[in-house]
Amino acid sequence: MRFLILVKASKDSEAGVLPDEKLFTEMGQFNEQLVKAGVLLVAEGLQPSSKGARVKFSGAKRTVIDGPFAETKELIAGFWLWEVKSREEAIEWAKRIPNPTGEDGVVEIRQVYEAGDLGEAYTRAQAAVKA
Amino acid sequence: MGDVGLAEELAQDALVAALEQWPVSGVPDRPGAWLMGTAKHRAIDLLRRRKTLERKHEELGHDLLGTRQELAERDFDAAIEDDMGDDLLRLIFTACHPVLSTEARVALTLRLLGGLTTDEIARAYLVPEATVAQRIVRAKRTLAEARVPFEVPRGADMAARLSSVLEVVYLIFNEGYSATAGDSWVRPELCEDALRLGRILAELVPTEAEVHGLVALMEIQASRLRARLGPSGEPVLLLDQNRGRWDQLLIHRGLAALERAEQLGGALGPYALQAAIAACHARAQTPAETDWQRIAALYDALAQLTPSPVVELNRAVALAMAFGPAAGLELVDVLTSEPSLKSYYLLPSVRGDLLAKLDRFEEARVEFERAASLTKNARERKLLLERAAACAAGVS
Repeated sequence: MRFLILVKASKDSEAGVLPDEKLFTEMGQFNEQLVKAGVLLVAEGLQPSSKGARVKFSGAKRTVIDGPFAETKELIAGFWLWEVKSREEAIEWAKRIPNPTGEDGVVEIRQVYEAGDLGEAYTRAQAAVKA
Repeated sequence: MGDVGLAEELAQDALVAALEQWPVSGVPDRPGAWLMGTAKHRAIDLLRRRKTLERKHEELGHDLLGTRQELAERDFDAAIEDDMGDDLLRLIFTACHPVLSTEARVALTLRLLGGLTTDEIARAYLVPEATVAQRIVRAKRTLAEARVPFEVPRGADMAARLSSVLEVVYLIFNEGYSATAGDSWVRPELCEDALRLGRILAELVPTEAEVHGLVALMEIQASRLRARLGPSGEPVLLLDQNRGRWDQLLIHRGLAALERAEQLGGALGPYALQAAIAACHARAQTPAETDWQRIAALYDALAQLTPSPVVELNRAVALAMAFGPAAGLELVDVLTSEPSLKSYYLLPSVRGDLLAKLDRFEEARVEFERAASLTKNARERKLLLERAAACAAGVS
């Protein structure tokens, strides 16, 4: 099963402050362990929200709002996609994410839907696409 | 060290020795947990905890010692890493030893390396748990009696032993990809287990091109898992699949693994060749864009490496797609005298298809009917009889 691991943004990540050498090194080692255990599918860091945008939907209307966005804690600074045997294993790995500065932070773990979880509407829709 | 049970213990002993003792809860009850790296993490945790304690004791004015400790930790990390990798490899090679039956190799690999319980293996293979338990006990006894050393083979032995390991991993994958037993046609969990084993192997023996070839093959095949099942669970053939449902991430990983295999140089092995064929399909955004000439050439190379009538039949299909039905039929006609394909329904099915494309409907009808009588799959039989009827009516 796949899990998306979301690293929430911090003041630094939103300011575009890049990790120092120590964090790069420890993150690199951690990612290497993930690869060796056959866990890592994707690992990416995100640029600050000031470089991003939002597209707001309201009925037929679309409004583009440029970043940055204020609610730092709700923003995402990076993510991993992991392939693991269980939710427990994902949590176990997440606890190992390096945090050399000892700063407060939150990492959110979310399970990815597989085709089999999506129910009948999905199956019917897929049949319709094919037909 | 002729006993896997003992070998497992000794492998763990290496860590125990390094650390003097495990925290009571820290001993992995399943050797497969190694794969998750938990054993290593626990070991490092323990060391770190101990170090923190030491550091507290010597906090003031001992910068030099601090540096030395950092170095020691790095060495320890490296040593543990090497040991873990080595133990894991030895375990893989032992579990897949050719002295064992295929079933035993599969069960032992899933148990020791996949970290699956006997109950989970039994459920995956739809056999009673006692059967699996017995298979594992017997396998361990066989290894002990044959005095199989718990080691990574070297030199000339390596190639043969590695191919046995790859075979086991691919067998597990295939059982998941097109289950030979049970109601459901695919078992994605087995595919995931095999993929994970393959990915780990690729890191353990990164210089073996065929390991990357196998990983590439599995990644690309797995990318089609969700497109292979129709709404009521029926198989959907490659060219009929909705390519929008192919997993682009796995395709991307598969192509990267194939590239790694190719970069290691030398002629491609059977897994890499099959991966290269799978890659031709993966790269085509529509069936019409498929590079059939390249596929035909790759099947040609595969037929030379591992000659088999089934590979030839596949090559015939590729030739027909690349150069027209007559080119394919020429090769298929040669295969009709092949004894091992005598009751293989795909031979008359392919031949019928090619004949129909050449407007030779009466001959095609006979072939489709023959194929229908040979297949065990009801859905397939219905399809073949429909095609036979269409041929009788003079349309393909």
